[in-house]
Amino acid sequence: MSDLLKIADKTYNSRLLVGTGKYKDFTETRAAIDASGAEIITVAIRRTNIGQNAGEPSLLDFLPPEEFTYLPNTAGCYSADDAVRTLRLARELLDGHKLVKLEVLGDPNTLYPNMIETLAAAKTLVKDGFDVMVYCSDDPIIAKQLEEIGCVAVMPLASLIGSGMGILNPWNLQIIIENAKVPVLVDAGVGTASDAAIAMELGCQGILMNTAIAAAGNPVLMAGAMKKAVEAGREAYLAGRMPKKLYSASPSSPTTGMIG
Amino acid sequence: MLITINGKPRSFEAANLSVAELVQHLELVGKRLAIERNGEIVPRSQFEATPLADGDKLEIVGAVGGG
Repeated sequence: MSDLLKIADKTYNSRLLVGTGKYKDFTETRAAIDASGAEIITVAIRRTNIGQNAGEPSLLDFLPPEEFTYLPNTAGCYSADDAVRTLRLARELLDGHKLVKLEVLGDPNTLYPNMIETLAAAKTLVKDGFDVMVYCSDDPIIAKQLEEIGCVAVMPLASLIGSGMGILNPWNLQIIIENAKVPVLVDAGVGTASDAAIAMELGCQGILMNTAIAAAGNPVLMAGAMKKAVEAGREAYLAGRMPKKLYSASPSSPTTGMIG
Repeated sequence: MLITINGKPRSFEAANLSVAELVQHLELVGKRLAIERNGEIVPRSQFEATPLADGDKLEIVGAVGGG
């Protein structure tokens, strides 16, 4: 069965998008990403170390941009201006690459997004020709506004970044999914495989995660678990679950042909 | 001339220095990077043709792990 994720006219087999931060080393990063089956991977844009890393390997040596779709992010940006500036540098860095992840944070403790700055940055970036996948709060009105601005995917949090608290408000996510005409991906908050399955069963088009894999006891094993959970959740969503009933007068075994 | 690179001031003896020459001087040739000069991106194709001036502020960035 062909069931591809489509974002900005490009299709992907994997509905699991992963971050590349917080790993022990690049070898572990690579092994975990391979086990996850992810095709889209996020990267951060940071100042290059000058004069102390001439021969040092870089992330790009382990994850060649030819092999993956890079999704440069604006992690750590607290204003629309900083986010736009960061992504313009990313576009230059990645030879005109247009697909980006926008996130503008509002608070260093919770990493909760600042949606006023996010909306402003999204407008500028869309006008500037970027394909914007946008991290956002789980407010259905904001999600709709981001779609109307022209973002190619809306990515509400399931719970706070790095918290691993799971899907805290499935009802809001469901409203966002039902109203959206662009893909909705859960970004942030997934802690373990069942969280990923629940998000996919709600009808999310995909999930973006980093810490749930990188901070697991065995990141490579967890990456494989997440791959399966996303696939299982997606298939369950497509299959359509049975209705919930408090009890059933319909046993699974025949009621006739009993002995005696 | 004095140039601020990634927030740190550095002095260079040369009176004329292009972005390409600076990249060479900093041993960054062949690295995937993007450069912003005084808030404006310098496209890679313009490194040779872009001269630096005393007081310039440069940001030199690359891709690192992140979520």
